[in-house]
Amino acid sequence: MATYSTNEFRGGLKIMLDGDPYNIIENEFVKPGKGQAFNRVKIRNLKTGRVIDKTFKSGESVEAADVVDNSMQYLYTDGEFWYFMDPDSFEQVAASETAVSDALKWLKEQDSCLVTLWNGAPLSVTPPNFVELRVTMTEPGIRGDTATGATKPAQVETGAEVKVPLFVEEGDVLKIDTRTGDYVSRVKE
Amino acid sequence: MKLIDWRPAADNEAIRARARMLRDIRAFFDAREVLEVETPLLASFGVSDPHIGNLVVQGDGPRYLQTSPEYAMKRLLAADSGDIYQVTRAFRPAESGRLHNPEFTILEWYRLAMDHQALMLEVDELLSQLLEGRLKQQATRLGYQEVFMERLGLDPLNCETQALEEKARALSLMPESALDRDGLLDLLMSMVIVPALPGDRLTFIQDWPATQAALARRLPDQPGCAARFEVYCGGLELANGFWELSDAEEQALRFESDNRRRQSLGLPEVPADAYLLSAIHSGLPDCAGVAMGLDRVLMLILDRSSIRDVLCFPWDRS
Repeated sequence: MATYSTNEFRGGLKIMLDGDPYNIIENEFVKPGKGQAFNRVKIRNLKTGRVIDKTFKSGESVEAADVVDNSMQYLYTDGEFWYFMDPDSFEQVAASETAVSDALKWLKEQDSCLVTLWNGAPLSVTPPNFVELRVTMTEPGIRGDTATGATKPAQVETGAEVKVPLFVEEGDVLKIDTRTGDYVSRVKE
Repeated sequence: MKLIDWRPAADNEAIRARARMLRDIRAFFDAREVLEVETPLLASFGVSDPHIGNLVVQGDGPRYLQTSPEYAMKRLLAADSGDIYQVTRAFRPAESGRLHNPEFTILEWYRLAMDHQALMLEVDELLSQLLEGRLKQQATRLGYQEVFMERLGLDPLNCETQALEEKARALSLMPESALDRDGLLDLLMSMVIVPALPGDRLTFIQDWPATQAALARRLPDQPGCAARFEVYCGGLELANGFWELSDAEEQALRFESDNRRRQSLGLPEVPADAYLLSAIHSGLPDCAGVAMGLDRVLMLILDRSSIRDVLCFPWDRS
């Protein structure tokens, strides 16, 4: 069993606590000159996303969490699981709805996503920062209106709704920032 | 050839401010006729304090990099040096973080015929000079017991240990593993009380529990407390001072009790410094002494939030 001592603590380190994997966000070393040393950490539960503060006595060891981020290609869903493939080993993993929930509305087959694996099983899926998706439904475009800054809703092929400029037409392909959900530009085909 | 970042972490302003601070400190003590001295960094004995480790250097037998110049300076005092001060490096392994560097600069001084009360005034004078206009308010003096009662509603000298643990748990501060009474006091002090101390003035916290006396004598009228003080500013611990213990028997007992505590914490025993015990036995004059972390003082002078910003080459670049 791999362990980390508190003096190895730093942002990004993955540790186990009460059976759950956590990511260290911040680590502060606290020590009175003549007294007991502590590490005060801010950690995120990688299963629930919840952030908590935790104190460790300095010098204590904590179990390491076997958590790795892998770039994988999204293949398809059977409605129950979402399947991803490692492009090098062709190995496939099945992610639950909980694991893909944040990425769900941006997932397009063949796109490359960041899959966080815990003991080999998907814990969470992060979509690429930018995706290109086709508009499936929106009000007819107003030609030439590129200056007013007004927007309208549009639905894209994954089902997500995006605010788009008035000139966008059904069938257009859009570049979208998945971190904000914002329209970036039209993509020329 | 692999090129790495070789540059100083401190900027020019910080490097210059350090030189000015050292010059001001020397002028301060010069004016008071306190003598500057030097003592060894590598000594035959290490520190017994359970919460301070020693870096050991192997030469002709082990030598200990000093965690403070206290033991050696007391030998000078016992040899009639008179008032003395020293600016030197101190080393404390594994103490690394925003406020800690394992190698740091310490100012330590001793004043004959002063008690901790008189020395606090001098500490206040020095820091007020070094920090110039940065301290907007007069320094505050608080008793350890008083500050605990005020901030946490607990009497640190008399409450049940269980009550300290419950308080730590209620504040979500308790680590998984057990803490003894002093560990719990340290936890509450360093995570609740100290971070809330004001940044516009110095705060002196005095009369520490006798179990945390280190090398301070007990208060004559209050044997449960030690004549020890700590100085803080805006969450930074700046200095620690004592009305010095001058009883050789008591000093030997402190070394023994440190080692018992070390044993209970699973730490190696440290042989008592026979030079220091012999010196105190021959007669340490009545005096008070204080050690100040100069890197942190410089952080305050320059309003920097990390000790890295004031060190030319911090630990990861030294």
